[in-house]
Amino acid sequence: MVQMDAVQKRLFQEVADLHDIPEGAYNLRANGQAISRNTTANIDIQSKTDVSGIDIRIKDGTKNESVHIPVVLSQSGIKENVYNDFYIGENCDVLIVAGCGIENCGSQDSEHDGIHRFYIGKNSRIKYVEKHYGSGDGTGKRILNPVTEVYMEEGSTMEMEMVQIKGVDSTERTTVAELKADAKLVVHERLMTHGSQYAGSIYKVSLIGDGSSADVVSRSVARDDSYQKLDLCIVGSAACSGHTECDSIIMDNGRILAVPSLEANNIDAALVHEAAIGKIAGEQLIKLMTLGLTEAEAEEQIINGFLK
Amino acid sequence: MLELKNISFHAENDGKEVGIIRDISLNVEDNKFVVITGPNGGGKSTLAKVVAGIIKNTAGQIIFDGVDITEKSITERARMGIGFAFQQPVRFKGMTVIDLLRIAAGKNLSVSDACEYLSEVGLCAKDYIDREINASLSGGELKRIEIASVLARDVKLALFDEPEAGIDLWSFNNLIRIFENMRKDRHGRSIIVISHQERILNIADEIVVIADGKIVKQGSKDIILPEITGTENATNICHKMA
Repeated sequence: MVQMDAVQKRLFQEVADLHDIPEGAYNLRANGQAISRNTTANIDIQSKTDVSGIDIRIKDGTKNESVHIPVVLSQSGIKENVYNDFYIGENCDVLIVAGCGIENCGSQDSEHDGIHRFYIGKNSRIKYVEKHYGSGDGTGKRILNPVTEVYMEEGSTMEMEMVQIKGVDSTERTTVAELKADAKLVVHERLMTHGSQYAGSIYKVSLIGDGSSADVVSRSVARDDSYQKLDLCIVGSAACSGHTECDSIIMDNGRILAVPSLEANNIDAALVHEAAIGKIAGEQLIKLMTLGLTEAEAEEQIINGFLK
Repeated sequence: MLELKNISFHAENDGKEVGIIRDISLNVEDNKFVVITGPNGGGKSTLAKVVAGIIKNTAGQIIFDGVDITEKSITERARMGIGFAFQQPVRFKGMTVIDLLRIAAGKNLSVSDACEYLSEVGLCAKDYIDREINASLSGGELKRIEIASVLARDVKLALFDEPEAGIDLWSFNNLIRIFENMRKDRHGRSIIVISHQERILNIADEIVVIADGKIVKQGSKDIILPEITGTENATNICHKMA
């Protein structure tokens, strides 16, 4: 196994809360190479032969197991496309932790474009956590363009936590999901941009089976001169229910374009969207100041709570 | 404890200057429970906000524990020991009750400590500690959490702006109990409550009646309360609801 250096360890900690080698199945990737891998009796990980990436196969009935597949880039100038496919059997209950951390102290751009595809078997429950983080004071940009595709069989459940709080200069996130009967998708996205960063987040969720449901909630904060485009779309083509919510705080010269959209192709599709953008309410700041915080501390607390 | 010297606050309305508070002077001694009452629009809330630094007085001086705080910010006053419970508490998306209590206490309050403050305001801690302070809380719950956030601070002067406003009768009975306990168990702090409620006025050491931006009556409860009972300055919530 390749030894991790201190920067890589810190990045793994940021994106996957890993202090050490995780329990269960994992594949740790650093600077374009797999540095460590573990499989279990129920979870197999194989490298792809045609393109860069891995296939993760989870057997029917696998319960209370986890898969960690974090990626870190600590060299400047790396650009990679990685395809990770998850084939999840029926009646599983599994936690999947992914995420990417980039440290770029150099002058060349570093970019990781991860394409994750999930094929979730009948009645399986998946919790998916994805964290993106960037650091380093080089002039090279830290770029992440993740694509997530989710194909859900009948009665399956997917809960996604997508977090990008710091340091990513440019990101275009695309998430596509297709839900069969009684499948349920819950997404919590947390985004914060600062400096002159750009973040685009696109969701297209298709509810194609009766009884399917989706709840996509995005909370974001745009600070300094950053710009975000949030495009959340649910298409209901069956007797289904869908809800999207875009809730954003703008600060300084931050700008946000929120484009929630709904498409109903069935008389029994019940779809709702909510969107709100605004600055931090003055009364919130005043309340926390009467508890002894300065205005700047109050702002931090409000944002921390909002993005929690 | 608190000394207000010739406080005025003028606001501009349609280009005309209006006196919201007009030359109010008031002394609140240590360990006193003072209730400020008076008709709506008389300047009570404005005065409380002036003390907390939320509104800047246009004239006069505020002395707190012997220090002139007239030019001090909200934060500085809070750190000196002034607490303020809002009439309409704000909601915070994502922030939980224990987060708020921890900010208020200024330390990493343990769950059992937080429990104590919540049970003082009649809330069962385990049901509330991880609740978000958002629209899912009722007005009465929010109000009690607001009061708990002031109790969690080690303040020398606690200001409560119409704590009874917007809460139901059941919560109101609880609220009276909270103030009765607070009065018994003051630990050297002074309390100023803005209220119209007879039952809150009834536990005051001193009552101040403010109307039209001025103090129109002031004195011990035994003298003032009989004079104002039955007027809009001292209403009985049960009569109103009947």
